[in-house]
Amino acid sequence: MARPDTYHEIRGHLAELTDEQLEERFWALAQRVVDPMVELARTHTSPSIERSVLMRMGVPSPTCVAVVGECEKRGLLGHGAGHVVLHCATAWECPAPEAALRLAAGEGWDLAEEKWRGAR
Amino acid sequence: MSADPRHGGPDMPPLRPDGKLDVEALLQDLEHYRPRRRGWHWREPVPDQRLHKFTYKETSKGLERSVPLPAAHYFGDIDPQPDCVITTEIASGRFEDDIRRMRMAAWHGADHMMVIRTAGQSHMDGLLEGTPEGVGGIAVTRKQVRATRRALDMVEDEVGRPINFHSYVSGVAGPEMAVMFAEEGVNGAHQDPQYNILYRNINMYRSFVDAAVAKHVMAAVRMAQIDGAHNANATAVEAWNVMPELLVQHAINCAYSVAVGMPKEDICLSTVPPDAAPAPCMRMDLPYAVALRDLFGEYKMRAQENTRYMEADGRDATVSHVMNLMISRLTSADIQSTITPDEGRNVPWHYNNVAAVNTAKQSLVGMDGLREMVKLDREAPELKAKVREIKERAVLFLEGMLEDGGYFAAVEEAYFVDSGLYPETHDDGIARKSDGGVAAGSIVPRADDYLAPVCHHFGVNHLPDGCDAEGGPHAPAGAMKPCDLIGGCTLCDIEKVPYIDELDPEDNVDVRLAQTKEIRERGLIKPEVEWAADGWVVVTLFLPAAPRVAEFAALEFGRAMNLQECEVINRQVMHPAEGTLIEMKGRLDVVVDPARLVIPPEPVVMQDEEIKAFVAEKGLKCVAATVGEDEHSVGMREIIDIKHGGLEKWGFSCEYLGTSVPVEKVLDAAIEHAAQVVLISTIITHGDMHRSNMEKLADLAVEKGVRDRLLLISGGTQVTDELARGWGMDAGFGRGTAGINVASFIVETMRERGM
Repeated sequence: MARPDTYHEIRGHLAELTDEQLEERFWALAQRVVDPMVELARTHTSPSIERSVLMRMGVPSPTCVAVVGECEKRGLLGHGAGHVVLHCATAWECPAPEAALRLAAGEGWDLAEEKWRGAR
Repeated sequence: MSADPRHGGPDMPPLRPDGKLDVEALLQDLEHYRPRRRGWHWREPVPDQRLHKFTYKETSKGLERSVPLPAAHYFGDIDPQPDCVITTEIASGRFEDDIRRMRMAAWHGADHMMVIRTAGQSHMDGLLEGTPEGVGGIAVTRKQVRATRRALDMVEDEVGRPINFHSYVSGVAGPEMAVMFAEEGVNGAHQDPQYNILYRNINMYRSFVDAAVAKHVMAAVRMAQIDGAHNANATAVEAWNVMPELLVQHAINCAYSVAVGMPKEDICLSTVPPDAAPAPCMRMDLPYAVALRDLFGEYKMRAQENTRYMEADGRDATVSHVMNLMISRLTSADIQSTITPDEGRNVPWHYNNVAAVNTAKQSLVGMDGLREMVKLDREAPELKAKVREIKERAVLFLEGMLEDGGYFAAVEEAYFVDSGLYPETHDDGIARKSDGGVAAGSIVPRADDYLAPVCHHFGVNHLPDGCDAEGGPHAPAGAMKPCDLIGGCTLCDIEKVPYIDELDPEDNVDVRLAQTKEIRERGLIKPEVEWAADGWVVVTLFLPAAPRVAEFAALEFGRAMNLQECEVINRQVMHPAEGTLIEMKGRLDVVVDPARLVIPPEPVVMQDEEIKAFVAEKGLKCVAATVGEDEHSVGMREIIDIKHGGLEKWGFSCEYLGTSVPVEKVLDAAIEHAAQVVLISTIITHGDMHRSNMEKLADLAVEKGVRDRLLLISGGTQVTDELARGWGMDAGFGRGTAGINVASFIVETMRERGM
């Protein structure tokens, strides 16, 4: 909704602040704005985040897409796609990129289902 | 295997200033290339630097190789480098051509290569592999990044200063981009979740959740971050009213970045003076620039040029740029960005990147130390009041957001990019729904056993007890790192980074290079502005016609000039009826083989001592005059006066007879003074005056029997050596001639002829 310029009417509480106090207020408010967003980020993940985890594990990007897509479908993303890959790599005693490749080819999802039964 | 850290690898010899960058060699063996450093490089300031006869207050360490400003030859060929990093924005759609452009820009002083990404890539949920051709930017892929970084390694060795490589960590694949950039030695990136939300309509929750991980990874390798706030200025209907909001956008990205682990000194605010003339823009923009630097003193300033009001006129854009640079010098800038003066009309052309870099370098060096004498008057009533008002309005904006439920609620209510001066609103801001946008509903809560077995991961991570959660190559010795679970991650062990070559058999660099192979291999020359052999040229025409008529007439002239795909890219009314200036581009499908060119050898100039000795030995005398009905004297004085480095400098005795001298009188004077050299100047060419005067002089000299003992030399703006010799002279000198050229010719010719 359009609103006229009410600056002079609503600035009363700022008028007496020194420049320094005004700047402190600016940053305190900015911090209050971002705090809940930082908490959201700390406690959530996304397909891109999980693919970035697999990349750091040495997995080529097309394989990351396939594994994370399957994790999403199976409701496993919240446990971490890297966690799924690590679980299979441990079971298969192979490097993580190899485990990711086998998962991308459809292998090993039963291992994941077994560990996180009912996660879906 | 680890590649040679120098010069882009074992098979890449260093660049030579007289050799082209070998794109094909650069693409070989890329899978083994490794970046040699990470993180941003700031220029190294040199306080009170002495160069030529000057002391500089705001310059940095110089370059080993560069192209200085045009006037540098008057000042000992110095090329002072300003204190701030200079950016050039590059994105022709083909990285193999962009790297040549980067090399040219680096030679002119750019040390921040910002690669613009093709817009569509923001919405790709994942990385691209290969090097597809981009539109309005390039597709940013691992191969493209790696080849570019490798080229920049060689260019930085060539110019002698580290070069920052930069692109975008935005869109729906932000965390992946951040990891790939960290692995590949990218030094800086745009990262601002607000940009995703407002301008790319990516879901707001997804944008912020992704941004935390992306920023954390960027921080791990000390990549510099640039925010996206300036886009509000470029989008708003009345850009001068978004100042309070700009402060808020900067603050949100800064506070969020710090909260997720980014050091303040790596965070750069992308700031643009919001206005342009004919508004009284400096007086409007300075209070904003001051308020911003007051509030964000701990952060870095990336000063950008105004593009909101950029039209197709390169001169107009350049003047705006210079006024923006003055604001940078009166306040501060850590990175000075440049927008090419042709951005309002083309996808930028490579020589305009160089033009913009030079505008920045020239202005910054020209205003060096200005603040020692000229300071902002912080107590001036207008400045003081405006600075305070902008800050208060920004505080009111933040208060309003919090009252309305925080950031996400404020975006739903179209707080941002409204053209009203907050708290005024015009109800024309950008509104986004929290459950809408690209990738809506794609974030999930981390479960009680969420685990990411890698280093530098942000957020909840259920690692084994005693594990150092951050990890990375600089983790405390002996501590367990997250990636110990998998035997190392790519951020700790670069050898674990996988490499994939082109996936698309048709749209790739090899296919594109094959199209220009013959031109490259045979060394043929074709005009270009973006891509090798693209054929684009620009023609400037003044047409004595009204604008619309002129535009269509220009297209006709273009066809007559054998240009294809002609398009008028700028027109400027000189007078509604008297005429219009037109700039038109067109493609010229012509190739020149330099092997078939007849290029006369460059005139050899002799050493001063050699000329002086010959002149003294022979007692050389000249008689000089401007002949015919011609009152021009400046050119001739430049050639003979000692003050201008003319013939007198080497001891020639010169008799200057003046202007409008008849040819007969010149010859008589030469005989009378027993001169060996006759110099005539002819500027006026009406009715072939220059030709008839030269022929007359030569004929008279023969008639009087003195031709063999005289050197007859003519000069003038329309004179060429070929023409003058054809008309009986011994030599002709045109534009750009200096005394040394004439002196060298005289001595050499007299020796040859045994005179």
